[in-house]
Amino acid sequence: MRPNGARFLTLAATAAATAALIAGCGSSSGTTTSSGSKSPILIGASLSLTGDFSADGQAYQKGYEFWAGQVNSHGGILGRKVELKILNDNSSPTQVVTNYQTLINIDHVALTFGPFSSLLTAPASAIAHRYGYAFVEGAGGAPIVFAQKLSNVFDVSLPVADELDPFSAWIKSLPASQRPATAAYPMADDPFATPQVQRTQSILQPLGIKTAYSKIFPEEVTAYKAPADDVAATKAQAVVLGSTDVPTVSSFMTAFEQQHYNPKIFIAAAGPDQGSAFTSAVGAANANGMMVPDAWYPGSRNALSQAMVKAYVAKYGGSASDINADIAEAYSVGEVVDQAVTHDNSLSNAKLISYLHSGVTLSSVQGPVRFNALGENLVSTAYIFQWQNGKFVQVLPVSAAGSVKILYPKPHWAS
Amino acid sequence: MVREILENTVDGILSGGVYALMAVGLTLIFGVLDIINVAQGILVITGAYLSYALSVHLHIGLFLGLLITIPAMFLLGMVIHLAFIRPLGGPERTSMSLLACFAVAIIIEGALYWIFGPNFVVLKASNASIRISGFYLTDIYLYAFALAVALVAAIYLLLYRTKFGRSVRATMQDQTAARLIGINVNRVATLTFGIGVAVTAAGGMAYGATSGGFNPNSGYDLISRLLAIVILGGLGSIGGALAAAVLMITIESVVDIWYPNWAIVVFYAALVLVLTFRPAGLFGRAAVRAQ
Repeated sequence: MRPNGARFLTLAATAAATAALIAGCGSSSGTTTSSGSKSPILIGASLSLTGDFSADGQAYQKGYEFWAGQVNSHGGILGRKVELKILNDNSSPTQVVTNYQTLINIDHVALTFGPFSSLLTAPASAIAHRYGYAFVEGAGGAPIVFAQKLSNVFDVSLPVADELDPFSAWIKSLPASQRPATAAYPMADDPFATPQVQRTQSILQPLGIKTAYSKIFPEEVTAYKAPADDVAATKAQAVVLGSTDVPTVSSFMTAFEQQHYNPKIFIAAAGPDQGSAFTSAVGAANANGMMVPDAWYPGSRNALSQAMVKAYVAKYGGSASDINADIAEAYSVGEVVDQAVTHDNSLSNAKLISYLHSGVTLSSVQGPVRFNALGENLVSTAYIFQWQNGKFVQVLPVSAAGSVKILYPKPHWAS
Repeated sequence: MVREILENTVDGILSGGVYALMAVGLTLIFGVLDIINVAQGILVITGAYLSYALSVHLHIGLFLGLLITIPAMFLLGMVIHLAFIRPLGGPERTSMSLLACFAVAIIIEGALYWIFGPNFVVLKASNASIRISGFYLTDIYLYAFALAVALVAAIYLLLYRTKFGRSVRATMQDQTAARLIGINVNRVATLTFGIGVAVTAAGGMAYGATSGGFNPNSGYDLISRLLAIVILGGLGSIGGALAAAVLMITIESVVDIWYPNWAIVVFYAALVLVLTFRPAGLFGRAAVRAQ
């Protein structure tokens, strides 16, 4: 009989090897390789392939990889193929810092792309700034990111705080008799969720819409039922939910339905934009009338977006509605970097930063991109989308091309 | 306000039943094997995914599906024990078992990501409810609570009314003495680990049906709460797990009326407070083993 220590070492080694093998199946790094004579351009990114943001993180990975594949199929950038080096940060603000240090100092990547979520973008962008790297990202639009006033941050998406503005404007445009009399503002404790809901509350309250509930709750799926029941008890006519993902919205919807409470308006900061991942969780019928802000949706009339959707469906199958906004955001990051590097004819990060700050307007599947001194995209347009009879449609601003009539009041829960 | 407090108290009691279903296996395993199974969270999620697979692919109802998922999880538990826990021995067995359970959790999480992907899924349960003075009690919570009480009672009967139960209790009290009177301690340990994991199948189903969604990462949200519950109840105490789950979740639910962001803090503060006066928990281990 071998000593216990030796047996444990054997066991631990086997467990570790198996864990590494299986974990390797769930995450990846370095995907798109080149066969050309010139060496590929190595681009590094840290993504949340596991952990709290894994659903969004893996969608971002797909978006980056899809972009790299598209670029490489058209000859790459500056005649060189693109190769991605993606590390898993497990949704940890600590690990994301380590990952970018590794990408920059060990892997010597030429360029960096941002991670998922403002929570991770804030510390990650500071590391990139320290080493002089441009940090183009698509999911770090919260005020905490721009408050750092870093010169290297460029968020290609819509600034988070403004996302619900078309919704507030629409409520304001309604005759007083048609406006909701009361509103509830439950918010997850997250830098993405709270700013936009608080801003909406600050606009609606002076209109005479009484605040029935305004509280921040922990961002844990185990802690959603109680605040959802509390909101239901208020019977508020409008609910503006500061959600971060599908489970947040799903929890509130389920609790509302169980309490036989159906607000006239229900808009969530995130979740309903996740396509089939949302409808499969809440049921297509229950999704009817649910609203969400965003800058992109699969039915966008933007020509670049239509081309991307077509190519994506051709490559991965499914339908356009299966493509969630994360993929478009990630794809936009690649597009912006591609245009800037091509313009500079150089991989110099200093030139890249300078060019992106020059006031130039670039194109992306999400629409035009032009950065201010803080790296916010000044020309991105906020839209409000709504699920209507199984379709995800643009409803606000009312005057925007492509907007259809809003479903108001929200239909009752299906069951 | 009184109505809100009453509602949240009832909510907390019923939700506590769901947590008890998830925690019972953890405390049973500790009671017999002296192992803190940190893989409990991911095992709960595994149980939820099994129910999900049966429900979506074979259209088997959630409660009926337990007839399949409980035996399946029992087998999984035995395999985990035989492959990862039993080979450990010596004075550092307990600490080494923590590492082994952590490795198991990582392996299972990776496998779930591989099979089901990262997107959140929901177990579709009926939203039928009964109305009590303007407040609706949902059937799924009532059934989950009843299931928790029934399972706790069943485990009690197993432990105190069967020959196997006597072997388990003897092993809990003194493994060496149990061996001397002819009990196959290894067999008892493997079966107990299997039972502990099997009960988790019911917890996983209840969690999946009452939460807003779960993915392979969701186990991490659970494990700290489950550990707090079994520590408060008294490590090894089956009834203590039920009582502690109900108490903790009810406190959290009531605090949530005023300060949602502090509810979780109060949850752990209550744990610290109780342990200050009763270090062994509500139903301490010494008392449990003396039963």
